[in-house]
Amino acid sequence: MAEVLAAVPARTAAAAGRTSGAFPTAGARRRYVLVVAMLTLLAAASLIGLLVHGNPVPFGTAGFWRIVQLRVTSVLVILVVAIAQATATVAFQTAANNRIVTPSIMGFESLYTAVQTTAVFVLGAAGVTALQGVPQFALQVVLMTGFAVALYGWLLSGRRGSMHVMLLIGIVIGGGLGAVSTFMQRLLTPSEFDVLAARLFGSVANADASYLPLAIPLCLAASALLFTRARRLNVLALGPDAANALGVGHRREQLRVLLLVAVLMATSTALVGPMTFLGFLVATLAYQWADTHDHRLVLPVAVLTAVVVLGGAYFVLKHVFAAQGAVSIIIELVGGSVFLLVLLRKGRL
Amino acid sequence: MLTLRPRATAGRTLRPVGRRARLFDPALLVGAVVVAGLLVLSLFVGVYDVTGSADGAEMFAITRIPRTTALVLAGASMAMAGLVMQMLTQNRFVEPTTTGTTEWAGLGLLAVSILVPHPSIPLRMLGAVLCAFAGTLVFFAFLRRVSLRSSLIVPIVGIMLGAVVGSVSTYLALATDTLQTLGVWFAGSFTSVLRGQYELLWIVAVVGVVVFVVADRFTLAGLGEEIATNAGLNHGRVVLLGTVLIAATTGVVTVVVGNLPFVGLIVPNVVSMIRGDDLRSNLPWVCLLGVGLVTVCDLIGRTIIMPFEVPVSLVLGLVGAAVFIVLILRQRPRG
Repeated sequence: MAEVLAAVPARTAAAAGRTSGAFPTAGARRRYVLVVAMLTLLAAASLIGLLVHGNPVPFGTAGFWRIVQLRVTSVLVILVVAIAQATATVAFQTAANNRIVTPSIMGFESLYTAVQTTAVFVLGAAGVTALQGVPQFALQVVLMTGFAVALYGWLLSGRRGSMHVMLLIGIVIGGGLGAVSTFMQRLLTPSEFDVLAARLFGSVANADASYLPLAIPLCLAASALLFTRARRLNVLALGPDAANALGVGHRREQLRVLLLVAVLMATSTALVGPMTFLGFLVATLAYQWADTHDHRLVLPVAVLTAVVVLGGAYFVLKHVFAAQGAVSIIIELVGGSVFLLVLLRKGRL
Repeated sequence: MLTLRPRATAGRTLRPVGRRARLFDPALLVGAVVVAGLLVLSLFVGVYDVTGSADGAEMFAITRIPRTTALVLAGASMAMAGLVMQMLTQNRFVEPTTTGTTEWAGLGLLAVSILVPHPSIPLRMLGAVLCAFAGTLVFFAFLRRVSLRSSLIVPIVGIMLGAVVGSVSTYLALATDTLQTLGVWFAGSFTSVLRGQYELLWIVAVVGVVVFVVADRFTLAGLGEEIATNAGLNHGRVVLLGTVLIAATTGVVTVVVGNLPFVGLIVPNVVSMIRGDDLRSNLPWVCLLGVGLVTVCDLIGRTIIMPFEVPVSLVLGLVGAAVFIVLILRQRPRG
């Protein structure tokens, strides 16, 4: 109960002389500040490292800055994906009232895979290029968001609406789409399959700089809206009865949050491809490190963690192991293992 | 050790059986005739003309008979595996595909192929069965530890678990450059079932016989640990036996045929919707319907783009997803 109370920002508490904030003790507050400082430092270090490390041209010359400029794109992509995945997953888990789900299993990725596979299937290896371009990118985002909204509208509204039913049906539809994609992939020639496989693993290299003018505003707007709704998310986390009693329409708020989540996930997936367990990994770590239930404090930690994980993984793999293609797969592997550990250690869902 | 929390019962309230169901009734006979008709059809559907050609009889023996036998064995055993799993977990939405068991079997298969250069089929099977067993135990261990507020959470977690295991397999396959091969293995298909290659599938027939013999115990275990123990059942041992049977079936079928999604989910649910929950008298029905479903899907897959074939797992995946969604929607609380 104590943590539940702590999660509700107490505006009038100061007047009563007793405060109840996000942290139980001053030590916890200091710890949080320290964590944020550390993460900021690490995030900045990994991003700056990605920008300037291993630059063959001497520092300060025109060539040096040109190479840095070329690398800015991938850093921006990492930032967009980190912000989108972290914010979306934390908000989604709160809306679903369940800490072990992630929005990416809900059909976004199957839809992306299906679209990419269909393109290659119909147009051959040229299909991948046919899907590149700003209108195509926008179309994919609209398609994925539309799919999610249709699903919410169908299964979450009305008196029979249920979050679990919606989740499960999303997963099952994703599975059906996956079956179709698998079948089409079998009919591809190995060389076409190679071209396709490169697109089906989330990778910063998939992103085109020309998408960024569209992706950045979408991502920033949706996540900023979620940040401003952090207090409402706190109330949402209390469950439908408490939320309704406190004056936050639970179902309506849930739908709004899920809509924003859909926009974020669609943007991230259309930009770089599937990253199934990145969001889950980051959200779990963020709750662990922030050690509070207040979304105003958890969300920034989640975003910073995502930047550190994604940026750090790219930096290490690129400059230490010279294997940047494997980044997303390794993140998946680590995220998946964390998922298993959390599952077995946690006593409830 | 292996006990499951009774609190997971929410999804599986046993349906009453009316009067004591007889093991054999006339309807079963009709069903058997229909399925037998489908099997005969399966024997004669194909690009190669087995009745007219000179070597027709030989081709018939090499491909058609093994294929049809495999349909019977795989369909019946996967349906039974799903049924046993649903009994043991007391959850209607559980079956090898929604708990990650299939993915574990695939991982085992892949691991053996990476560790041993040219593994024999029995060796691959051993890897798949062992991994499937370990994976099912992990899932059951998880179910034991957590208390569940909704029966729908179980398949959600199971599918996520499957995705985790699948991502490990994908990583291994990518690292060893066998991604497309992995896809071919995983897509369940009876195309490659030929004489001399499928005989190990008969193992699942043994599993089926065991399920028939201990059916009553599984029914009792399905009432929950307390009731089962009260009735004199060693609950832990029955759960362990069930896990072994499920793992053996999934592993063997995955190696010989591939992934057959949703068979274990649709068939027992449809049977229980019509007949209530008495495992012993339902078992023949589950077998029949399992065989019928897989045969129909295989026939569709064989004829839809003749002279090529659609893998049966694709047809099952689509049909299964649709039926699964209907099942979920049906059990929604009425508003």
